[in-house]
Amino acid sequence: MLKHLYDTDCVTWSPQGKLFQVEYAMEAVKQGSICLGLKSSENVVLCSLKRQPSELAGYQEKQFKIDDHMAIAIAGLTADARVLCKYMRTECLEYKYTYESHHPVGRLVFKVAEKSQHKTQSGAKRPYGVGLLVAGIDPNGVHLFETCPSGNYYEYKCQAIGSRSQAARTYFESWFHLFEKSTLEQLILHGLSAIKKAIMEDEELNEKNVEVGILGKNQKFAHLNAQELKDYIAKLEGFNPNSQIQQE
Amino acid sequence: MYIPVNDMLKHFKQDAPAMANITHKSDQWSPYHDNSGTVLAVGIPGAVIVAGDTRLSNGYNILSRDATKLSQLTDKCVLATAGQYADFIALRKFLQQRLQLYEFQNEVQASTETVAHLLSRELYSRRFFPYYTFNLLAGLDENNHGVVYGYDAIGSYDKMTYGVQGSGQELVVAVLDNQLKGYNKINKTIPQTREEILDIILDCFSCAAERDIHTGDNVEILIITAAGTERIVKPLRKD
Repeated sequence: MLKHLYDTDCVTWSPQGKLFQVEYAMEAVKQGSICLGLKSSENVVLCSLKRQPSELAGYQEKQFKIDDHMAIAIAGLTADARVLCKYMRTECLEYKYTYESHHPVGRLVFKVAEKSQHKTQSGAKRPYGVGLLVAGIDPNGVHLFETCPSGNYYEYKCQAIGSRSQAARTYFESWFHLFEKSTLEQLILHGLSAIKKAIMEDEELNEKNVEVGILGKNQKFAHLNAQELKDYIAKLEGFNPNSQIQQE
Repeated sequence: MYIPVNDMLKHFKQDAPAMANITHKSDQWSPYHDNSGTVLAVGIPGAVIVAGDTRLSNGYNILSRDATKLSQLTDKCVLATAGQYADFIALRKFLQQRLQLYEFQNEVQASTETVAHLLSRELYSRRFFPYYTFNLLAGLDENNHGVVYGYDAIGSYDKMTYGVQGSGQELVVAVLDNQLKGYNKINKTIPQTREEILDIILDCFSCAAERDIHTGDNVEILIITAAGTERIVKPLRKD
């Protein structure tokens, strides 16, 4: 009940030291359909579940290329995500024009975080209602970042955000020690296994509602096409992470 | 079409009556340098062949024997530029950036015709301080047939089946008129295969290198087809 006293705008603290508007914005992220990312020493893989508003509609895309070496997966308000996506793309194009090289991933994530924070410290603005998983590769290595409406950002070995993402994170906690040395194929199968944990009982994974994006040191960002998705989903049946341990 | 440097500079000088008697100072700084060299492109059904020598010069000096005049802008088209190298780099950077933005916004690569028009507008945007570039845009049209667009420094352009720009232009274009079109040819055999045309192009560069001091070192050839891009480099005279 006390929440309602201090949640009118971003410029009001609660007695417990919370900004409720920002917390509410993070709720919008939790309502979005799941997307997750995981990385090895060579590759990053993004997997997401696409929502279909109705039988008549198409599926909402969740992953966007930012540059050859970087991509994002979104959870939350798609319209807000579009704004951030456009910003990131413009920054990368300008950086490439000026320096003839790829925008360092961490620095771009920082810029997005700064922009997000700005929206949390004004009476007239609202925070972005979207969380991003930023996958990227630069001379510093292979990266996976999460950004929040709060303006915070974190680097991860693997992470899942959105609806029922805890189930995927539990899967990750059991198996993430294998990811560093995994091949691209193993990484994709782990990602799909994790997503499978997060779907409803009456749903099933197919090439229409799942989106997989891959990035590698020698691999520009690419989506898996419908046939490749079908093949990987079929391979899920026989996928046993335990066999990966025996290989090492 | 090929404008010597000093004539380009003339457009900057004001012809006020009081100044009519002042002679042109030959050591005045010029924003333009002619890095010379020759480029050509030929379009055939199913492919386009673009070639450029790799010599970069300034006056009587050679700056590099290994500098490319060709730039692949999309899967289907290549920009070939003779003139000032710095302006070629600037133009190329602009086009690469603008075409990546086009791809983000339209979810598909720009067609050759679109790139051709974009290039023309960019050149004209600098109407009063031109890019000192003499361009050929070579690519595949919507039916995957080879097509060549030729430009002047300020963006006037036209579709052609073959084109030549640069210091060896006059030497080479006359040979192509004769060999590819059969103009003024007594024995009117027109080459039919890609290999015959490639041989003619290599001969053209060898001939240009003989007579034009600014053309030589190597010739770099790109062959664009729907299947991809092939690159060939052959040596030319180094003197």
